[in-house]
Amino acid sequence: MSEAASALDGASFEGLVRVADAGLRGMVTLRGDLGADALHAAVKQVSGCDMPGQRKITAAGDSAVAWMAPDEALLLCPHGQADATCAALARALDGVHHLAVNVSDARATFALEGDDGALREVLAKLAPADLSAEAFGPGDFRRTRLAQVPGAFWMPRQGAARVICFRSVAQYMFDLLTTAAAKGSGVGYFQA
Amino acid sequence: MSTRLATGGRLIDRSRLQSFTFNGARMTGFAGDTLASALLANDRMMLGRSFKYHRPRGLVASGAEEPNALVGLGHGARFEPNQRATTTELFDGAQMISQNHWPSLEYDIGAVNQAFARFLPAGFYYKMFLFPRVFWKHVYEPFVRQSAGLGKAPDAETRDADTYEHFYAYTDVLVIGGGVAGLQAALAAGRTGARVLLIEQTPHWGGRAPVDGGEVADQPVDDFVNQCVADLEAMPNVTLRTRCMGAGVYDHGYVLGYERISDHAPGMDGPRHRLWRIRARQVVTATGAIERPLSFAGNDVPGVMLASGLRDYVVNWGVSAGDRTVVVTNNDDAYRTAIALRHAGLEVPVILDARAAGGGALADAARELGIRVENGKGIARVTGSKRVTGVAICAQAGEGAVLEEVPCDAVAMSGGWSPVVHLWSHCGGKLTWDEGSAMFRPDADRAPTGHDGAPFVTACGAANGEFDLAAILKDAHAAGQAAARATGHKPGRKAAPKAQAGEEAPLEPVWLMPQGAGIKLRMKAWLDYQNDVKVSDVQLAAREGYESVEHTKRYTTLGMATDQGKLSNINGLAILSDALGQPIPQTGTTTFRPPYTPISFGAIAGEARGPLFQPIRRTPIHDWHEAQGAYMEPVGQWQRPYCFPQPGESHDDAVAREIRATRDSLGLLDASTLGKLIVKGPDAGRFMDMMYTNMMSTLAVGKCRYGLMCSENGFLMDDGVVARLSDDTWLCHTTTGGAERVHAHMEEFLQTEWWDWQVYVVNVTEQYAQFGVVGPNARKVLEKLGGVDVSKEALAFMQWTEGTLAGVDSRIFRISFSGELSYEIAVPASMGRAFWDRLLTAGKEYGVTPYGTEALHVMRAEKGFIMIGDETDGTVIPQDLGLNWAISKKKDDYIGKRAQARSHMVDPDRWKLVGLETLDGSVLPDGAYAVGEGVNANGQRVVQGRVTSTYHSPTLDRGIAMGLVLHGPDRMGEVLEFPRLDGSVVQARLVDQVWYDKDGDKQNV
Repeated sequence: MSEAASALDGASFEGLVRVADAGLRGMVTLRGDLGADALHAAVKQVSGCDMPGQRKITAAGDSAVAWMAPDEALLLCPHGQADATCAALARALDGVHHLAVNVSDARATFALEGDDGALREVLAKLAPADLSAEAFGPGDFRRTRLAQVPGAFWMPRQGAARVICFRSVAQYMFDLLTTAAAKGSGVGYFQA
Repeated sequence: MSTRLATGGRLIDRSRLQSFTFNGARMTGFAGDTLASALLANDRMMLGRSFKYHRPRGLVASGAEEPNALVGLGHGARFEPNQRATTTELFDGAQMISQNHWPSLEYDIGAVNQAFARFLPAGFYYKMFLFPRVFWKHVYEPFVRQSAGLGKAPDAETRDADTYEHFYAYTDVLVIGGGVAGLQAALAAGRTGARVLLIEQTPHWGGRAPVDGGEVADQPVDDFVNQCVADLEAMPNVTLRTRCMGAGVYDHGYVLGYERISDHAPGMDGPRHRLWRIRARQVVTATGAIERPLSFAGNDVPGVMLASGLRDYVVNWGVSAGDRTVVVTNNDDAYRTAIALRHAGLEVPVILDARAAGGGALADAARELGIRVENGKGIARVTGSKRVTGVAICAQAGEGAVLEEVPCDAVAMSGGWSPVVHLWSHCGGKLTWDEGSAMFRPDADRAPTGHDGAPFVTACGAANGEFDLAAILKDAHAAGQAAARATGHKPGRKAAPKAQAGEEAPLEPVWLMPQGAGIKLRMKAWLDYQNDVKVSDVQLAAREGYESVEHTKRYTTLGMATDQGKLSNINGLAILSDALGQPIPQTGTTTFRPPYTPISFGAIAGEARGPLFQPIRRTPIHDWHEAQGAYMEPVGQWQRPYCFPQPGESHDDAVAREIRATRDSLGLLDASTLGKLIVKGPDAGRFMDMMYTNMMSTLAVGKCRYGLMCSENGFLMDDGVVARLSDDTWLCHTTTGGAERVHAHMEEFLQTEWWDWQVYVVNVTEQYAQFGVVGPNARKVLEKLGGVDVSKEALAFMQWTEGTLAGVDSRIFRISFSGELSYEIAVPASMGRAFWDRLLTAGKEYGVTPYGTEALHVMRAEKGFIMIGDETDGTVIPQDLGLNWAISKKKDDYIGKRAQARSHMVDPDRWKLVGLETLDGSVLPDGAYAVGEGVNANGQRVVQGRVTSTYHSPTLDRGIAMGLVLHGPDRMGEVLEFPRLDGSVVQARLVDQVWYDKDGDKQNV
């Protein structure tokens, strides 16, 4: 499906950090008992990732798994593989109560890149989460809100973050992030 | 006159001139000036007029407590009224105007009010405006409008040129206030390794200490402050922030900080203000203290200032308020002002010490400088109107007989100090009355408590009632350590630095000067400068029976101005206590509420303005709609096309065209906004039966069913088509904007009532772009796109199928909300636009016509379908709407069933749904009531029904409507009368609400 388009079609912005539409990403919502061995095994088998702990994200190759709630995980994969991931989960969890569904297109993803402290500040202007390095870094995941909309974010590495939100508010999120990253608006709260 | 001194001014940089204007007059100041110090240096003592009597008012203080010096600052898009001159830094090009005067500051007509002051006593508004009523409109209101108000609002058409933002910060210990106490507390906490955030409202560290002097660890306090700042800056776990005020303390360690980033340099890059939304595990308030005025006649004449403020202007900014300053006090601290003035080469004709026994070491020092000190004396009255010209001296113990008149051009007064307990009190910290120092101070045993019941706020330094430098440092050190300890950090053994302690003689409370002042003097003794409340007003309130301090406050308006009574509260309640004959602690204080001083609306709004004011939800086709010039309307947070007017076409005409094209050939609807919830699990069937009034568990895989959802109270809350996707999976469509609400409704029941049922729900609304393909040619266009058999045989009405349509993964529902042959096609949102384009291309030969929400509404109304939010309003049950067919009789239960059996719900007199057909073919007004005979118990006209939906039907070329009518279904053919707003009446006949294709022949082809 080469005509498949993300909500903002590659928009980008340079400010305190670079903010860019990260394009389409495969996403599968998995609801089930995250404490059950069956789910751990299925997730590992399908994604190669360990089941993340509370407010964590695990990654392996193209895939990642994020903790969303005690009974909800988000599996990330290449956009074209989401349906296959759902099918694989269904096979692996045959007979185990769960719900796996492709939500790739319900979301927009943004990539933030740049100075680690500045990047934390951009997020801390919008989300009521502790963005200090002691409290949040690579491997952590926050499902929270950014200004007036739900969102989630994580850091694939120092100086980089990914933000996801619902597709319908992609423009709002882009405007939020670029406003928060406007030149001259650095806070200087997080030491690099 | 007030002027700049030749030398001195620790905060100003005399090499950097800053020019500004005040009421158009050009003046100059220096970098480091506040607006107030710059004005004073230019001999602008009188800055505005008071609220009620329009009396001339000048600077009283040098900080956040200033009640009078409010100015309109800036111009055009940066004009802002009520800017406090004492807390706003001067910048080059500043434009100030004075407030609350007409026609000019110097000559003000409103000042005649003071001639009538005896007719404007406390509670004047309450007493006078009750009657006669006509006076309100013609006399009182114009009077109040003319005389009320401080600054003028910015022009309504300008837009603030600046930006604002929020910032969420987490810290172990937040220290509010950067005086010596705050610095020491931050050091003590920082040394334990705890994360510390120290905020200070001014641009400078050290607070009052550098002005008041003293020695810490054998070095001048100035050096100590610099050393503290250097040490703190070197700690990676400590953040220092000036120009950032602690505005409010709330539950769970939530604190608002108000940072004024560029008020001192307007127009620089970045936000003007930043609202810090701080989560602190422990809060230390080191907010200092505020000096109290003394209540003597004429204490509001420009030139009468707080002793500390007057001293600040000399020491900090090298500005003298006058050449000859009389000092009047009830404590030792004010002697520092006299000494500072004398050191600056200024004259102090006399110090009036209200204490019979006089002062201590500082008094001796003043005498050694040759200053005359009079013990047991006070001020009978101040002479001068726009400017102090002298004081009349009397015995404090007497009734005000004048002993001597002393010419002077400034008065420095001190009635003692009140700890700034605001932030301590915001979240429930209690106070205790300190008899010795005549002040309320924080009661450490009744501190604000957090989620665990343990205290989370500690007050220290002057804010805690400690005024001696050594005691302040000791107290602050302990507070910083205690706060760090409470966050799990271990303080070391390092002790507080030693400071040189000076002995001071005790203060003597003076609430009225002289203590036996008669009514004439009391009527000129001001408590609240901004709201014009005098000693006599509070005494009158007490005589009239106001015993509660909160009631007295509201009756007299004491402390209700923008300064929130920082100077007046304690003096006022002392007067009230005296009038009531009870001790001060029994009277108590009014409530301290955030913010500490006013903060900007911009800071509160943050980024939420313009396009970011509110999130707008856009479908994948949104850009296309806008490019077509669609007229959009909000539906929830979504923006949907109302219609697609062509050039020169009215909205009504566009809607009519869209409907005709759809009914005649082919219409397209962007239905992506419909909510879509997946419900799955072994117990999903019985869960669905509980959620919906219909039987959903028996729905066959591959089929669709229209369902109703009710609240626990039986009222219809949502509707939509449910499709069964597999044995254990259902897809529920909800109304636009209803997905989140319905999802929450489902989760609530799953999590609270049926937590043991195995069901999961996921909201997949935005995964799909969904389109209505509607009209007689709908099938043809889908066949042309190809890939899925959509024939009547393969896909009958109320069935769904999946396949690759036009090369796109699709789920196709054969459902109709218009009465036409109709398909709804769901494709992945990322393919939505591409698929939409394919529909447009393939539909070209059929004159494909996108239609908006209004055409959708009209077509559903022609077909007699109800709309949630039109036919329902939270008080309507499905039975009212004749939807009994959608309510299962076989089920034991569903949400709302029991409620629907209540007597009122089965009352045959409930209004029921009918169609309404106007006799003249016109369109009924929306919401119009059908009137009956007579009046009800309230004397209102009896009504017997109301319009719920009303449109012009282009298909029938007449007005059609639906409504709820008393016994409606039993009265078919009757004609009811609907009054219009203009007084005319429309007649409408009760008819079946299905106007179009009642048998469904068109949708079943």
